[in-house]
Amino acid sequence: MTAPHPLLVALNRFGLGGRGAASVYLSSAAADPRAFVMAEIEKPVPAPASAELQPTADLLKGLYDFQEAEKAARAAAPPPAPTPAPATADGVVAPKPPPAPTPFPQRVFRAEALARVRAGALASVGFHERLVAFWANHFAVAVSKAPFIRVTAGSFEREAIRPFALGRFADMLKAVEQHPAMLFYLDNQQSMGPNSRAGLNQKKGLNENLAREILELHTLGVNAGYTQADVTNLARIITGWTFAGREGRIGSPGTFAFVPNWHEPGAFPLLGKTYPEGGREQGETALADIARHPATADHVARKLASHFIADAPPPALVARLAETFRKTDGDLKAVTLALVRSEEAWSTPLTKVRDPWEYLIATTRLLGRVPEDPGPLLGGLNQLGQPLWSPSGPNGFPDTVAAWASAEGMKLRLDIAAQVARQTRDPPDPRDLLADALGAAASDATREAVARAETKQQGLALLLMSPEMQRR
Amino acid sequence: MDRSMTLVLPRTSRRGLLLSGGAAFSAAYLPKIARAGGATDKRLIVIVLRGALDGLSAVAPVGDPDYVRLHGALALSTGGPNPALALDPFFALNPGMPVFARMFRERQAAIVHAVATAYRDRSHFDGQDVLESGFAGPGHTSSGWLNRAIAELPKGDRAALKGGLGVGAVTPLIMRGGAPVVGWAPTGLPQAADDLATRLMDLYRQTDPALATSLAQGLGIEKIAAREMGEARPQGGNEAQLMRRVAEGVARLLAPEDGPRIAALAIDGWDTHANEGGGGGRLAMLLGGLDGAFEAFQQTLGAAWAGTTIVAITEFGRTARINGTVGTDHGTGTVAFLAGGAVKGGRVIADWPGLSDANLWQNRDLRATTDLRAVLKGVLADQFGLSAAALGARVFPDSSGVAPMKGLIV
Repeated sequence: MTAPHPLLVALNRFGLGGRGAASVYLSSAAADPRAFVMAEIEKPVPAPASAELQPTADLLKGLYDFQEAEKAARAAAPPPAPTPAPATADGVVAPKPPPAPTPFPQRVFRAEALARVRAGALASVGFHERLVAFWANHFAVAVSKAPFIRVTAGSFEREAIRPFALGRFADMLKAVEQHPAMLFYLDNQQSMGPNSRAGLNQKKGLNENLAREILELHTLGVNAGYTQADVTNLARIITGWTFAGREGRIGSPGTFAFVPNWHEPGAFPLLGKTYPEGGREQGETALADIARHPATADHVARKLASHFIADAPPPALVARLAETFRKTDGDLKAVTLALVRSEEAWSTPLTKVRDPWEYLIATTRLLGRVPEDPGPLLGGLNQLGQPLWSPSGPNGFPDTVAAWASAEGMKLRLDIAAQVARQTRDPPDPRDLLADALGAAASDATREAVARAETKQQGLALLLMSPEMQRR
Repeated sequence: MDRSMTLVLPRTSRRGLLLSGGAAFSAAYLPKIARAGGATDKRLIVIVLRGALDGLSAVAPVGDPDYVRLHGALALSTGGPNPALALDPFFALNPGMPVFARMFRERQAAIVHAVATAYRDRSHFDGQDVLESGFAGPGHTSSGWLNRAIAELPKGDRAALKGGLGVGAVTPLIMRGGAPVVGWAPTGLPQAADDLATRLMDLYRQTDPALATSLAQGLGIEKIAAREMGEARPQGGNEAQLMRRVAEGVARLLAPEDGPRIAALAIDGWDTHANEGGGGGRLAMLLGGLDGAFEAFQQTLGAAWAGTTIVAITEFGRTARINGTVGTDHGTGTVAFLAGGAVKGGRVIADWPGLSDANLWQNRDLRATTDLRAVLKGVLADQFGLSAAALGARVFPDSSGVAPMKGLIV
């Protein structure tokens, strides 16, 4: 196999695709694709900001208020008993009441989604945003679980993922596992030491969900040799890790809190080391050790290489990334640089297929759009099986070619491409668009297919579906 | 693993009782409609329940003296509010599943209990890979057992010619592999014009054969879906309603003479760590959705129902004891549901291990006494005539020691 065009490595393997309305930008990318990617790495990972993007604590206060108001409204005016829909002979449906204002959780979710969409649309390369999406999927939460997650999934990403995407893994891990969104998603705010004061009083006990996923998904990886006892002991060690509720009895509402009364007392062995009783620090020490465990380095290296290079990445590359992780005590910038500087990154064929998020953002960028409304993109993600911040489990969305290049998936992409093209009023000449966004990297066959299209819309749809827009 | 352990388990007199379960309902036995056509009219639908179904709350061993003690607030009872539906003197069905109970009485539904794959760890990810790949252990994700079963069918068999149907925007692993698969996902998208599709297929054939194969399959199945379903594609709705509507859609694709014969779909959401609910609540709601799916299959398949087997399986069970948050954590033994006109029903098939602490697997989970592969092999052997050799070597690799269960199919 021949090495891929370096521009496609920069734009597709590491980025979110070329921007069709910015040919000046393309010339700088084409002149030196490696430098183009490196320049973005040297900048800080963007931190979206707007009046609507509030800290988690404020968002949760908003949620608590919203839930109180709803409760009060229900109490004040109990809903009328359900009546059967009025049957009319001609099947005319009774007029609907005027639409209610968007509920608070949905309003927050859309604002957070819009911020993420715009960050992707506006990025130079998009490598930062790819890293953010990668780590957010590694530490997945799902908004489908409850309004609590719908409200906090975006701030979780802003607070626990973005600041550390090129920082230290141990710092990201601690920020993630102490974030209310993760504590709630994996039930740790309900987990009580059976021998803690509260546990004895209330006869409640452990929920090992978070502890298991920390070991299996977040750090060591599934076959790393830990035992059921390690899972249970880690669950014990992190009992009492929760967040303060509306009343603020254990801290400022909506922030991480350690509750000694819920914490399982005692020293516990974990992965061959015993952690003496130490309250909150017991868990923080354990997490720090797990973050620098050699298996964590292997797991992270394999996942990064599988995401950016190939489903079955070159073993030498994986070993080098893991070694970098171990040598630098989990410095993700060092690991990321090792990935981008590797010979394999620029020589391995582009066999991966963009996931739906990457495909839809690349489409947005190709068309030079900066969305004001996240709705269409969120709808596209739902249709393609990758609803934003809502994988079916804590293992996140799949990251394989088979998952995203399925028969039905490709058919749906074609439907969406056709729809986008059909709905693009006054479309640009697709030949110009191809030249602006892909330049010399496009194959002759793609160039020809686009040029021979029956209409501009059809040419645009073909360009959106071309291997140069699908593979990365 | 640990197959020999089942041999030393204490046996009680319950075993005989369990195998004859359902006899009490023989008065409700209905004569079957004679099946039209031959073996090629057999259909098989596999429903993967992702997230690990709590078998002890789905099909409750109400006769086990330790059940209530362990399952606590989640334990079902045949009395009180939300009474469970008695299947026999020992087992009772979650009240969310009245249709399945009716099929059971009509001897068109059966349950296998205390069943599990060969996987004995507790990761969803790996457990589902084992369940769907059909291998004895994790790490095999290139093809699924149902796809390999299709590949083993005689070349002229109609089920082989039509390939498999994989439901969802992402084909489930169980249906991925070398045998032809068509995909279908409930959606409301307008169709891309045929001409655009043809041009794109030309481009892919020149530049990217793998994408060409995927897209060709995607385009093929869409034609049947459009013809059979018109505009009546499922849209939204709550989880339970969606299960029913997806089942209806699948049944419409499977019912016609030229449709596929073998389908796989996956339903997420069974990972009930907290507030699982017993006879009422989240699990009962999900089981109600599954029940609705069974009903939709029966109603929509029409005459084809007589030759149909539906199997609902999950990656593992959940803890026998409830956890600190009125839910259950990842466990081992669970249930498998079988329904359809081809099923020899009216039975709970279980080599019941008992729930005393000593009999629990790792003092924690319902012990698995039946290998799920035996059940699936039994269905494939009797439904499609696959040989034990093919099943043991290729469909479920390295499983020749697991004999196909006999007598599951009429």
